Amino acid sequence: MTDLMQVLASGVLMGLVYALISLGLTLIWGVVEIVNFAHGDFLMLAMYLAFTIYAAFHLDPLISLPLVVIALAIFGVIIHKFVIRPVLKAPMLAQIFVTFGLMIFLRGMAQFIWGPDYKAIPDPLVSGSVQIGGVYLSLPQMVAGVGSVLGAAIIAWIVYRTELGRGLRAVAEDREAASLMGISPEKMYIATWALGAGSLGIAGALLVNFFYVFPEVGGVFGLLAFVTVALGGFGSVAGAFIAGIIIGLVQMSAGFFIDPAIKDIPVYLIYLLVVVLRPQGLLGEF
Amino acid sequence: MKLLETRGLTKRFGGLLANNNVDFYVDKGEMVGLIGPNGAGKTTFFNVLTGFYKPDGGQVLFKGQSVGGKSPEWLCARGLTRTFQVVKTLKGMSVLENVMVGAFVHARNASEARRKSEEILRFGGLYEKKDMQAGGLTIADKKRLEMLRALATEPDLLLLDEAMAGLNPSEVQEAVALVRRIHQEGVTIILVEHVMEVVMPLSQRVVVLAGGEKIAEGPPDVIAHDPVVIQAYLGEKYARRRQALGEL
Amino acid sequence: MARRIPRQAWALGLFLLILLLIPLAITNRYWMNLLITTFMFVSLGQAWNWVGGYAGQISFGHAAFFGLGAYTSTLLLTKFGVNPWLGMLAAGVVAIAVAFLIGWPVFRLQGHYFAIATIALGEILRIGFDNWEWAGGASGIELPIMESSFLHFQFFSKVPYYFIALALALITYGITWWMTNSKVGYYLRAIREDQDAARALGVNPTKYKYIALMLSAMITAFVGTFYAQYILFIDPASTMALDLSILISLVAVLGGAGSFLGPLLGAFLLIPINELTRSFLGGGGRAYNLIIYGALIMAIAIWQPGGLWELLERWRKRRRGRKQEVTHEAA
Ligand SMILES: Nc1ncnc2c1ncn2[C@@H]1O[C@H](COP(=O)(O)OP(=O)(O)OP(=O)(O)O)[C@@H](O)[C@H]1O
Ligand SMILES: [Mg+2]
Repeated sequence: MTDLMQVLASGVLMGLVYALISLGLTLIWGVVEIVNFAHGDFLMLAMYLAFTIYAAFHLDPLISLPLVVIALAIFGVIIHKFVIRPVLKAPMLAQIFVTFGLMIFLRGMAQFIWGPDYKAIPDPLVSGSVQIGGVYLSLPQMVAGVGSVLGAAIIAWIVYRTELGRGLRAVAEDREAASLMGISPEKMYIATWALGAGSLGIAGALLVNFFYVFPEVGGVFGLLAFVTVALGGFGSVAGAFIAGIIIGLVQMSAGFFIDPAIKDIPVYLIYLLVVVLRPQGLLGEF
Repeated sequence: MKLLETRGLTKRFGGLLANNNVDFYVDKGEMVGLIGPNGAGKTTFFNVLTGFYKPDGGQVLFKGQSVGGKSPEWLCARGLTRTFQVVKTLKGMSVLENVMVGAFVHARNASEARRKSEEILRFGGLYEKKDMQAGGLTIADKKRLEMLRALATEPDLLLLDEAMAGLNPSEVQEAVALVRRIHQEGVTIILVEHVMEVVMPLSQRVVVLAGGEKIAEGPPDVIAHDPVVIQAYLGEKYARRRQALGEL
Repeated sequence: MARRIPRQAWALGLFLLILLLIPLAITNRYWMNLLITTFMFVSLGQAWNWVGGYAGQISFGHAAFFGLGAYTSTLLLTKFGVNPWLGMLAAGVVAIAVAFLIGWPVFRLQGHYFAIATIALGEILRIGFDNWEWAGGASGIELPIMESSFLHFQFFSKVPYYFIALALALITYGITWWMTNSKVGYYLRAIREDQDAARALGVNPTKYKYIALMLSAMITAFVGTFYAQYILFIDPASTMALDLSILISLVAVLGGAGSFLGPLLGAFLLIPINELTRSFLGGGGRAYNLIIYGALIMAIAIWQPGGLWELLERWRKRRRGRKQEVTHEAA
């Protein structure tokens, strides 16, 4: 029983992080109409960045978080300018391969700079766990869960409650119509990349407190983000959270009750089932 | 003889009735005009006839056989094909290759398909451009190519969805001439068109859709004077233009 | 025009002759290995090209077929003593069967959804084999050493491997030739360009995607069996990983997706780069490889989506154009 509670708790906490990660992906997908295969690798960069700041200056990731967010946002904009913009009107093959190439490139760079092995923060500011009713909750994971909800709330607020957000949604709805209304799609793309990549800065700085970082770490997170988007329904914040939590729970249960080595298999199966049987996802609009 | 017939054809999108209980037919060798205001359900009707959508109710009979729910490729192989309102050029292929894809429905091998396609391109006046990338054609040529490509499948019935929209007057004249010649080759045609001046002289019979329903049907000159049609479809604009032209 | 076709035939004949004579000229095992690997990737890249290039269904999961090929023949050999040549046929059958099964879900998907589904399927298979102890698990299987003979599909010399790899590449190109000169090739390209237009012209997209995927799976599995017999060791990491799927697709895309010669060009450029970085930079070479691949893929996608093939074509056309100008002036 406590085992089950334990699994539920960590599944939910991880799910919240997945939800935040997937929001950036949907945002870019929706507004810029580019599917970023390197999404998880942006997260990897954020984790390494937080780790490096820690290693160099002993600044805890929770403190350097704003720096990481800003750095990631700038990085996102640079990638947009030099890598994405040239293929915005290109055929599907070029669009898929450009971010795929970026993914491989970033992994190679990470391995070149930080080496292939696993790195972790030895003594994070928040560590240990609290016990509630026999269930141990890891504190860094709780911080990550709460932080993810806050991060997602900020993004949702920007998208749904601000002038900028109205512009973003207008471009996502219909590029031409938006530019006729005087909204510059290019400006909105830049804002989207800054937001989308910046949100990964939050996730990365939160994750690195309890998760190893290594060059391929983005692979799984990237795929999980795709699965979350597919399951939650494209462009739905609530859907992202429901899907993120479902995925976290499935993953943790499979890992706990079957075998940690296969914990991603049910997640991939969910992706295949959803895109084939219910392409609009749980809460999707179309 | 009825080549194609629908009985009570209905197509819904959620709560929207895009086609509501439409009875329609076209005789072998006819050229029928299908008109109606924006959003009347004309393209939807074509999509159902050609198998891109499954009907929600009613029947589609082609050559006397019930074909509702059959796939586009199945229908094409049996002589029913279409062009698209928004051209769907196979951009990365040459003009000749575009036509060859159609020709392969009946051609046994590539050289036969090529021979036939070149003949069709000559017939349709695109032979000189046969080696061009189809994506580089003008919009008029793209629409022409789409008709020729469809012709290469040897259709008995060809559905043209706004084959002349977006063309300038001289291009329209050329397109009209091509449609006539295709019809003279023995192909039965249903023509969706916005430009009244084009549909009326081409069609032997006109069917009017509005709000998903068939509201009128008859010879072009009768339809052009039908008050229901003028009210629902032609509207103020056309009535005024007719007065201005002082025609008829 | 009349002069160009015999000239091409000449070039083809000469090329084949050189390929046949190469083992006489090159005895160095390192270079032979490089050529054998390159031919393997000619086949793999071209087989990918049928699906990803001609039909435009971008797969990042082709390593699955390769791994299935390697594992089918190897497990049959090590567990049941089945001859590897028969194992190769069985590998083809297994790959076709798997292609048939996954075709049903994945062919409903398009674009990114399709690509991600292929990654997911490939990963499911790899993780599965990693944890399947009977099949060697993550530590893999060593093939038993047998006497060097054609019957056993094992040789001390690299020359027989060279000819088998060459034969596989020729078969693959034979299929491509048939495809591009028949309805199938035209239909696949039509599906890539616009599936609805293709359907209106009588093309059944599912049927032709199936043809492409099944053939592709079969050839990829054959090469997988060949690899197992050549290296005599297989594990999920080297035969099923995403890295391999990427390399396969990259060979085709670098050379020119959807072109006849593209995968050949791509393999002859990329595989030597790959092997050189690996042998000169050792284990750390992987980082360089990733950086080079990544940069190459981005560069191609941005500046040259048609790949090397298109670059050559453009260059040839320009040259021909200039020649025509000269003859015009002369006349
Ligand atoms: N795939 C679809 N999903 C939902 N609604 C649709 C779909 N296709 C068409 N509709 C709706 O059905 C109605 C009929 O559309 P349709 O395209 O058939 O009209 P049309 O007569 O061809 O108009 P136009 O002259 O503008 O081409 C419209 O209200 C349209 O918005
Ligand atoms: Mg329409």
